[in-house]
Amino acid sequence: MDFQLSDDQRALRAGVRELLAGRFGRDRMRAALDAGTGIDRALWRELGEAGFFALRLPEAEGGVGLGLPESVLLFEEVGRSLLPGPLIATHLAAGPVKGAAQGEAVVAVLDPGQSVAHLGEADALLVLGPGGAPRDAARVRDAADPVRSIDPFTPLWRIAGPVEADDPLPGGERLRDEGALLAAAEQLGSAARTTEMAVQHAGTREQFGSPIGSFQAVKHLCAGMLVRTELARCAVYAAAVTADPVEIAGAKLLADDAAVRNARDSLQVHGGMGFTWESDVHLHLKRAWLRSGQWLTAAAAEEVLAGDLC
Amino acid sequence: MDLAYTEEEEEFRARLREWLAAVLPRLPAKPGPDDWPGRRAYDTAWQRMLYDAGYAGLHWPVDAGGRGATPTQHLIFLEETERAGAPYVGANFVGLLHAGPTIAAEGTAEQRARWLPPVLRGDEIWCQGFSEPGAGSDLAALRTRAVRDGDHYVVSGSKIWTSHAEVADWCELLVRTDPAAPKHRGISWLAMEMDAPGVTVRPLRTLAGSTEFAEMFLDEVRVPVSHRVGAENDGWRVTMVTLSFERGTAFVGEVVACRRTLAALAAEARRGGRWDDPVLRRRLGRLNAEFRALWRLTQWNVSEAQGTGGVPGTGGSVFKLRYSHARQELYEAAAEVLGADSADLDREWVLDRLSSLSYTIAAGTSQIQRNLVAERILGLPKGR
Repeated sequence: MDFQLSDDQRALRAGVRELLAGRFGRDRMRAALDAGTGIDRALWRELGEAGFFALRLPEAEGGVGLGLPESVLLFEEVGRSLLPGPLIATHLAAGPVKGAAQGEAVVAVLDPGQSVAHLGEADALLVLGPGGAPRDAARVRDAADPVRSIDPFTPLWRIAGPVEADDPLPGGERLRDEGALLAAAEQLGSAARTTEMAVQHAGTREQFGSPIGSFQAVKHLCAGMLVRTELARCAVYAAAVTADPVEIAGAKLLADDAAVRNARDSLQVHGGMGFTWESDVHLHLKRAWLRSGQWLTAAAAEEVLAGDLC
Repeated sequence: MDLAYTEEEEEFRARLREWLAAVLPRLPAKPGPDDWPGRRAYDTAWQRMLYDAGYAGLHWPVDAGGRGATPTQHLIFLEETERAGAPYVGANFVGLLHAGPTIAAEGTAEQRARWLPPVLRGDEIWCQGFSEPGAGSDLAALRTRAVRDGDHYVVSGSKIWTSHAEVADWCELLVRTDPAAPKHRGISWLAMEMDAPGVTVRPLRTLAGSTEFAEMFLDEVRVPVSHRVGAENDGWRVTMVTLSFERGTAFVGEVVACRRTLAALAAEARRGGRWDDPVLRRRLGRLNAEFRALWRLTQWNVSEAQGTGGVPGTGGSVFKLRYSHARQELYEAAAEVLGADSADLDREWVLDRLSSLSYTIAAGTSQIQRNLVAERILGLPKGR
């Protein structure tokens, strides 16, 4: 047993972090927010060239041939960076949906009963549930209404009627679990990032003649954030290694909790600045809220985990 | 990231399981919680069985009489003994997990030869004389004085929260040897015989009704200077080195126990018809996520320690904070499962619910742990 990152995994994580910092650093992120331009197709293709979507496709099929743990490290970095778009669905669709692996096609996900994110720009849809068949996005779009989304980076569409499924995908039943795991990884990255932001602010912002991070009331909020992050990290990484549905449910539950609560505590530590549009904390919180409702909700995860006790 | 155990580790596990299956049925009946001589005899007998089978001091260095096992083997040992329902470390706790490792790390050859073998064999019991009525979280504020008189120290003061004091042979005692020095620099570490003249032990009753710990009064107790471990006035460093080791794997068995309890709670809820209540069911589901993750965090910390040659990282405080709260939550959920029976002290889990209230206080309160996490891991400035 050696439950630590290997040297290759550390290198992969550093590489992805560098790539995202270069292509979607804070300035680019805020510019994209102000412009409201949606998915950057050029960046999407760059990610495709870097192997972002084809990470787990076999090398014989033009992929990178890595596994779930590596995907988790990649999506943890996505969560840190606030990079928008249906990256998880496109990653899962690499292979069955033409162009997804290369970043040519944008694939969104349709979970019956839920709003669909990025439907307006999607070329194809993964339908969750039995089969998880890809669908023609244009046909679904005709029967959908745009929602004014709480997350400025994530346009949402409400589907009016039932959606018929196309032919099921091979291995489609694993889609929800894998999507939940990768969403948990994004939540983990976000939780770690909002912790860093809070610590950075608390260490420099002075009140009463001292950095506010020297006050226990603030210090204890930050400590709580780290504890949530590290417990979620172990749950997410272990679930990536075992791919066990119960372990994935636990990982999603704890990572959702860490992302949402850490963003809220980080906002609190930032004080009045945390309540402004200019701060990035609200962007993390809003995305964390959305992800909590996607792939596997807390209620569903708790039922899976309760079922495991029988 | 590899969660699989090596062939060697699995072999170690298989032999241990075989041995546990053979010896556990031969254990005598467990003594009652207030039968202190009985508890001592039970705990030391178990330690002797471990010693004879080669499992005593598994993770101690070989030159201290230990087996030099890897952190992973130690993890497997703790997991399997708990799973098999073997006795806890009990009265041997301080000797095996604190005083012993301190002597192993800082003692002279004579001190190691005198004190370590009896700990490993279960012949001698140690207790811990650290906290004082005026020095709890601020342990370094301790005031028990030791004044040099020839080749002895003369020790006066009082200690509190001393577990197993009634049955201990030795006490690892922190005393102030230089009242003029800054508080962390005037402390020394002494081994004191519990039957020395001037030592008085008064049991303290816990809110659970039992006498888990005691107050200890020291009135001009003479302790040979040769019983000091480490240099004079260096006792704080001597102690802190081993306190950090203790946090790495101290709760492994308890996490395994919590997972077993959780499964038993689910079974009890189904028997009592409470399983149909989605609020309760989901609460237990959430606890399942919690304890599964705590187990993974343990494996993470052990793997990290293995990579750094046994030096535990900062994961201990993270673990302790989350675990102590989770365990209290577990017994709150148990009370909900029990319903009206949660007021019956003879029902399973009711006493545990009371005992668990100490977890967020003992071995460093949650508030102190949060300070440690904030200052040592996150690098936030020290407060006043």
